[in-house]
Amino acid sequence: MADFEIKDLRASVEGRQILKGVSLDINKGEVHAVMGPNGSGKSTLSHTLMGHPGYSVDGGSVMFKGQNILDLEPDERARLGMFLALQYPVVVPGISMANFLRTALNSHRGYDGKDKSKAVSPKEFRGLLKDKLKVLHMDDSFLSRYINDGFSGGEKKRAEILQMAVLKPEIAILDETDSGLDIDSIKFVAEAVNRMRGPNLGVLIITHYTRILEFIQPDFVHVLVDGKFVLSGGSEVAERLEKTGYSEWGHAEETTPQEVA
Amino acid sequence: MATAPKLDVGVDYKDKYGFFFPEDYVFKAKRGLNEEIVKEISHMKGEPEWMTKFRLRSLEIFRKKPMPTWGADLSVIDFENIFYYLRPAEKQSKSWDELPADIKATYDRLGVPEAERKFLAGVSAQYESEVVYHSLQEKLTKQGVIFLDTDSALREHPDLFKEYFGTVIPPADNKFSALNSAVWSGGSFIYVPKGVKVEIPLQAYFRINAENMGQFERTLIICDEDSYVHYIEGCTAPIYTTDSLHSAVVEIIVKKNARCRYTTIQNWSTNVFNLVTKRAMAYADATMEWVDGNLGSQITMKYPSVYLMEPGAKGDVLSIAFAGKGQHQDAGGKMIHVAPNTTSTITSKSISKAGGRTSYRGHVKIYPGANNCKSFVKCDALLLDDESRSDTYPYNDVDAENVTLGHEATVSKVSDEQLFYLMSRGIPRAEAETMIVNGFIEPFTKELPLEYAVELNRLIQLEMEGSVG
Repeated sequence: MADFEIKDLRASVEGRQILKGVSLDINKGEVHAVMGPNGSGKSTLSHTLMGHPGYSVDGGSVMFKGQNILDLEPDERARLGMFLALQYPVVVPGISMANFLRTALNSHRGYDGKDKSKAVSPKEFRGLLKDKLKVLHMDDSFLSRYINDGFSGGEKKRAEILQMAVLKPEIAILDETDSGLDIDSIKFVAEAVNRMRGPNLGVLIITHYTRILEFIQPDFVHVLVDGKFVLSGGSEVAERLEKTGYSEWGHAEETTPQEVA
Repeated sequence: MATAPKLDVGVDYKDKYGFFFPEDYVFKAKRGLNEEIVKEISHMKGEPEWMTKFRLRSLEIFRKKPMPTWGADLSVIDFENIFYYLRPAEKQSKSWDELPADIKATYDRLGVPEAERKFLAGVSAQYESEVVYHSLQEKLTKQGVIFLDTDSALREHPDLFKEYFGTVIPPADNKFSALNSAVWSGGSFIYVPKGVKVEIPLQAYFRINAENMGQFERTLIICDEDSYVHYIEGCTAPIYTTDSLHSAVVEIIVKKNARCRYTTIQNWSTNVFNLVTKRAMAYADATMEWVDGNLGSQITMKYPSVYLMEPGAKGDVLSIAFAGKGQHQDAGGKMIHVAPNTTSTITSKSISKAGGRTSYRGHVKIYPGANNCKSFVKCDALLLDDESRSDTYPYNDVDAENVTLGHEATVSKVSDEQLFYLMSRGIPRAEAETMIVNGFIEPFTKELPLEYAVELNRLIQLEMEGSVG
């Protein structure tokens, strides 16, 4: 039994079925990459796994820590140990990143505003962030800014990875984290993710392009086409895609995976 | 002893804001309103004859004026079923220790002493109709600053009082200013002499603590030339099951090159009718800022206004309103540009949930000859569900040339994307919604002293708890 087990997952958006039976086992310590052309269902997979209300589950199960997480609210999934780095992080005006990170961390620790011993102290919080900010090449001023408000593309993605580093998930889904990133930002993000790799973290990288996989080496690569996995293997799958693109599955018109966004 | 409250509010709310103590009043007027009651109020207070006459004339105006029908529905107010005056203690106390025990207990639970210790220059706390507790730092007295309850000010500074009282808002201004003028009691009086900058905010704490008790405080602030003052008024009310009326009048005069900021956070219990007239006159290069937060109450009608009387005057209204189930917050602001080269801004933020209703009602008037004026109005409404409602009623009259007038209005909902984003980080739905609402009003909160900002965020949290789960 894998640590995180997706079985025959089917999901739809606005009545249209997008995922048509996806199965995938992820163990902690592994890095999986899901690659696929536009419209193949990559975003639907990531959002369905995290419980976005706009995606409805038509069948299948996702077992994690003995529970079918499809029955849980997004916040419950997160507190169970899941994390989703969004392709398009959302702007929330009026709330500082520091407040956001602290509140999220406190939620993970079971602090509900009553038992102060569960809350992160200012000193611990500061210590916790210091190294992580450095790895991601972000300075303190970032913490007083509103959530993703006025952030550049690179800043948004780095902020996502910072949240991941603070919340220490066991299963992390990185949805198109490399899209819209300059090469420096990709390096910083990859560096931060690689530091977190280890026996306590399973990663699912969702990407159109192979570029990020040059920096974060996947153990397994799966090709998603039209809501189903059509090919799974080791890193050699990514190499094959780099040469031929998605043409063999009827997506010749798609840009080749190695093309930079 | 009053019976237990039956309003549908959170337990925390009741515990922190809804407590009450046995009524123990020295004098209690009869319900209803007539000449005898008005005379009795004036007599009890030992007022000069001109004030008695002023009250009686105001009562007459009140009776003649029809009920305003252009805003919220006020037809349910029964004027004959309200107490118009109460006096909780024989005399005012100068120090905390002299306060009666139950009143002290009330303030302890509200946290007034801590607040005072931390940053307050003076506390003028209104328990019922009369100011019972009052302190003022020596430094202010030496500077010539007068900070008194309005009744004492009438006794101790009769000439100054008479010169300004009722000049900004005459009794005939509207039905409720007439009512207040007839039965007013308590409130704050502030005079800041020329060139004096009061560096710490002055504050008063208002509370209604008797069933069917009207509260008609009257505040008068005079900022002389080149002076500055920040006055803070915070209101909470205990929960009672029958209707209460709060109808205040606030008059402010800001002279040449002076600046006045008036900050209010009101959190009346949801049976209170809150009908307040607030107006300031700003003279040459003077600045008047209203920072106005409205939570609670059944109906609020309040439109702080600034009359920009001379060139260079500047007016600002920054307001928020939160309407929950059965509540109607009809709030906004008025900017009356009488002189050229004057500027004004109105920023209004409103939140409606569980069928609550908020209305922005604003008026920008630019008189003939008041050329080169600028005014900008921005109202943002946040709806938390489909049953709640928000309306915007902006009125603009421009009769001058070369005027810049801007108006921007947005209505939005708490977006699924924002909610999902916060929840995907482990934050429970209720907390995430509260965060989004607090983020929405942050432009307001950041203008408040820290303690008030924290308190406001907590109030929002309590309000939000009623809406979820």
